Amino acid sequence: MNILLQATTPVPRDIPLPLPLPEPLLVVLLVISFLAHIIFVNLMLGGSVLTLWAQIKGLKDKEYDTLAYEIAKTITVNKSLAVVLGVAPLLSINALYTVYFYSANALTGLMWISIIPLVTIAFLLTYLHKYTWHKLENNKPLHISIIAAAVLVFLFIPLIFLTNINLMLFPEKWGTVRGFMSALTLPNVFPRYLHFLCASLAVTGLFLFWYVGRKRYPFENYFHTLTRYDVKKKVYSLAFAMSLFQFMIGPVVLLTLPSKGVKWNLIVVILSGAAIALPAMYWMWKAITGPPELIDRHYRKVIAAMTITVLLMGSGRHVYRANALAPHKKLMAARTAEFESISAEARRNPPADDAPPVSNTTAGKGGRGAAVFQANCSACHRQDQQLVGPPVTEMVSIYHDNEQGLKSWIKAPGKKRPGYPQMPGFPQLSDADLNELTGYILSIK
Amino acid sequence: MDFPMFHLDWLNDRFLIAMIAIIHVFINHGLAVGFIPYITWLEQKGVSMAGAAQITDPAWDDMVYRKMKVAFIITTTLGAMTGVGIWFSAALISPASIGSLIRVFYFAWFVEWLTFVTEVVLIMIYFLTWKNAGRTLKAKLRHIRFGWFLSLFSWITMVIIVSILGFMMDPGNWNQHHSLLNGFTNPIYLPQLFFRTPAAMVLGGIFGMLLTTIFTSRGTAVRTTALKSAARWILAWAPVALVAACIYYRAMPEAMRFNMSTAVGTMEFAQYYQLLSYIIPGAVSLVVIISIWALLRPRSIRFAFVLAPCLAAFGFLGIFERVREFIRKPYIIGGYMYSNLLREEDYPLYKRDGILKYATYTGVVEITPANRLAAGRDVFMLSCSRCHTTNGINSIVEVFERVYGAGKPLDENSIEAYIPNMHNGRTYMPPFPGNTQELKALAAYIRQLQLTGEPLGGAQTEGVTVNPLNSMDAAVELMKKNESDEK
Ligand code: HEC
Ligand code: HEC
Repeated sequence: MNILLQATTPVPRDIPLPLPLPEPLLVVLLVISFLAHIIFVNLMLGGSVLTLWAQIKGLKDKEYDTLAYEIAKTITVNKSLAVVLGVAPLLSINALYTVYFYSANALTGLMWISIIPLVTIAFLLTYLHKYTWHKLENNKPLHISIIAAAVLVFLFIPLIFLTNINLMLFPEKWGTVRGFMSALTLPNVFPRYLHFLCASLAVTGLFLFWYVGRKRYPFENYFHTLTRYDVKKKVYSLAFAMSLFQFMIGPVVLLTLPSKGVKWNLIVVILSGAAIALPAMYWMWKAITGPPELIDRHYRKVIAAMTITVLLMGSGRHVYRANALAPHKKLMAARTAEFESISAEARRNPPADDAPPVSNTTAGKGGRGAAVFQANCSACHRQDQQLVGPPVTEMVSIYHDNEQGLKSWIKAPGKKRPGYPQMPGFPQLSDADLNELTGYILSIK
Repeated sequence: MDFPMFHLDWLNDRFLIAMIAIIHVFINHGLAVGFIPYITWLEQKGVSMAGAAQITDPAWDDMVYRKMKVAFIITTTLGAMTGVGIWFSAALISPASIGSLIRVFYFAWFVEWLTFVTEVVLIMIYFLTWKNAGRTLKAKLRHIRFGWFLSLFSWITMVIIVSILGFMMDPGNWNQHHSLLNGFTNPIYLPQLFFRTPAAMVLGGIFGMLLTTIFTSRGTAVRTTALKSAARWILAWAPVALVAACIYYRAMPEAMRFNMSTAVGTMEFAQYYQLLSYIIPGAVSLVVIISIWALLRPRSIRFAFVLAPCLAAFGFLGIFERVREFIRKPYIIGGYMYSNLLREEDYPLYKRDGILKYATYTGVVEITPANRLAAGRDVFMLSCSRCHTTNGINSIVEVFERVYGAGKPLDENSIEAYIPNMHNGRTYMPPFPGNTQELKALAAYIRQLQLTGEPLGGAQTEGVTVNPLNSMDAAVELMKKNESDEK
């Protein structure tokens, strides 16, 4: 790490409580639940992009408009699953990387919290789009604009997440980042973003291949010129092309990663992931170029291989994170321990002026009353000079033979003097304290 | 202290959380817990009203379906996102407390998440299979049974959420037990649950009545029957809600005593508490009146007439949520962490050495006359900014002016005298954490704010300045020292 940066790299204290589960278990939960979440995010994003594309193409060819409608129906379900499945990885990353994740969130806070309204709007737009399909039949430009707006939001949201996930890895940047835009421009955000977009389209292609190919799916009721084979071939080709593209973007992502987390374990995991995708690519190629009746032949194997690839890539992502943060975590642990011991020491020897709470004081009668006065009243009342409220001498002159009246005033003050603010009431004082207090006040001459 | 401070200087940080949470509770109670049983009941009614040759009354079924569609769309968009939003906003504003709670209650939240996933999946199945289920009587009856099952399930989700709210309010025990069971043993738990159930039903019914006025045309038979059904539903639940509200109302002061180590009762709480005694009968009688009216003269009911009681019913719930919040201050985790995100047990240290020294992000460590105002700003950020803004909602200048007279110049000495004692008179606030120098700096800063009105940007716009005592350099030195100590 750059020596010059060390002065501006914070080492905060960690939450001084043990992790809820053994760390490896949390890591497994994080990686797996994150992948489940991201798959549905992929389907939501890829689905809406494809819907937009098909609907535009559908302006000329009605069949594509139908295809768009069929894809659109899947978005609203997938988006709901994407959201609920997001909570588990959120919990896990919060537990495992509390300081890192929350710091990145705060530093990009406005954009981070904007995720909530933005995604809500995009979701509402997808419903609007789906449920006005027939109503807006004759106003396609408007109808297409609705889904286009949703796509724009869906395309933007991953950037916010990636910016955060990226920023959390680099405490050395926290001191220099000023808001979302500056965090966005850190290296590596955009290559990862492209990587994610391609993955979304590839995953959606594989999903649609299954979706339109299901036996129960009444394809022929919806489509007249397009055949199942046509659609399957198209989405398979999409998946293939996007996977091919990943082989080009992947190395760029790896090369633009700051070197601090790149170690052999990372390279091995990532390369194995890529290697396992190779046979899948081969099977897809065979299916696309082969005869129509054999297009389904290797589908299961393709899915199995791609699943392993995704698992390995997801793990690689974690390995990088663990590598990159390991030294900082150690420093953080040392600081946390040091702070805990200083704090414990200060607890044992509290500072002199930090008098024990009033109710514990057992000093003489006047002493206790004086302490109550000091704690509650002295901010506004002095003995013989006006501060916020009247001086104590004035109180004495009003209440010297009416202790009960003084007590009721203290519990629920009225409004008397023009030009003075309202005095707050003290209903929380115990009867004993109140007795001591009024005794003390009235003893002042 | 250890996290960059996100801060909304106009809106107020707590306000952001409250806004998102209240929307979520409204949707959860009014459109799920209370609404789904109401819809299922109506769906069932459609089947019993159908002619001999029909499975269900089609016009009726369509009307019920459209109501459910509204609830479905809102719960799966705004409802789901505000649920996530509570996490997002709470973590932004109170990272230390959420971080601590997750460490302890991870498992409880994980279980809650599982129920949440199940609920969403069930709602999707219920709504998306509605039309297909209408093909055969058997399928329709199965669909209705599924609706009842879903109703039960949403209710269970609420049971869990209420207990989580409960344990967040429970003080001393947190340190010893660290268990979700605390939430269930809190004296406010059962009254709260008992209150929320019928309140949700009433909300569901009144919202349903409102939708009826939108989805049916005046004078039709469907509309008349639907209005009357909603009225019956509300009239059945409103008395329960009233009784439950009274029980809850009476349990609150005790919960307050139970939950605060300090004595009962701040003025604010008393004020809201008093307000409740008007709002409870007010809101309940409004919904009862509109329901009786709907029973007697369904034809004259219009959208605008239902809107007012509907808003009143939601407002009713909102005020209850507000009062509940008071029970939690000044702690964010009872007995362990104050709302300013500082642990109670670290206070002796902060009082001795000051808070700035231990803050990860601050531009000032040693206070000098030259950097006093900057120091005061950082002290404000660390100890007051979770609840106060500089110029916006609950602004620090305004609250001091209220104490010392609006528009009058604030006196630094008085501020200095006030702050160390503020937690005594104002028990909803945590004690001031810092040392005397920091107190003086804070007073000077507040006075300066009154004069200049300068805003205070949070870490999301201004970034952070790393405290050199807590930088990597310092940590490296510490590591070296630890290592040589070991030898
Ligand atoms: C926030 C500032 C503030 C605090 C704290 C405060 N007071 Fe006051 N007090 C006032 C003001 C202002 C008045 C004048 C009110 C008026 O006349 O309307 C006042 C008036 C009084 C009076 C005169 C009542 C009368 O009948 O004229 C008494 C007695 C009194 N305070 C006692 C107390 C005691 C005892 C405490 C502590 C328990 C206390 N005050 C705390 C601001 C304060
Ligand atoms: C737990 C949140 C919280 C924190 C932290 C907090 N306050 Fe407050 N404060 C409040 C609330 C709530 C009110 C009441 C506002 C109202 O009545 O509308 C209040 C009111 C006040 C008042 C007016 C009291 C009165 O008598 O009317 C002052 C002065 C004040 N705060 C100063 C501070 C200072 C200084 C700090 C930081 C050292 C601070 N507060 C920290 C929540 C907080």
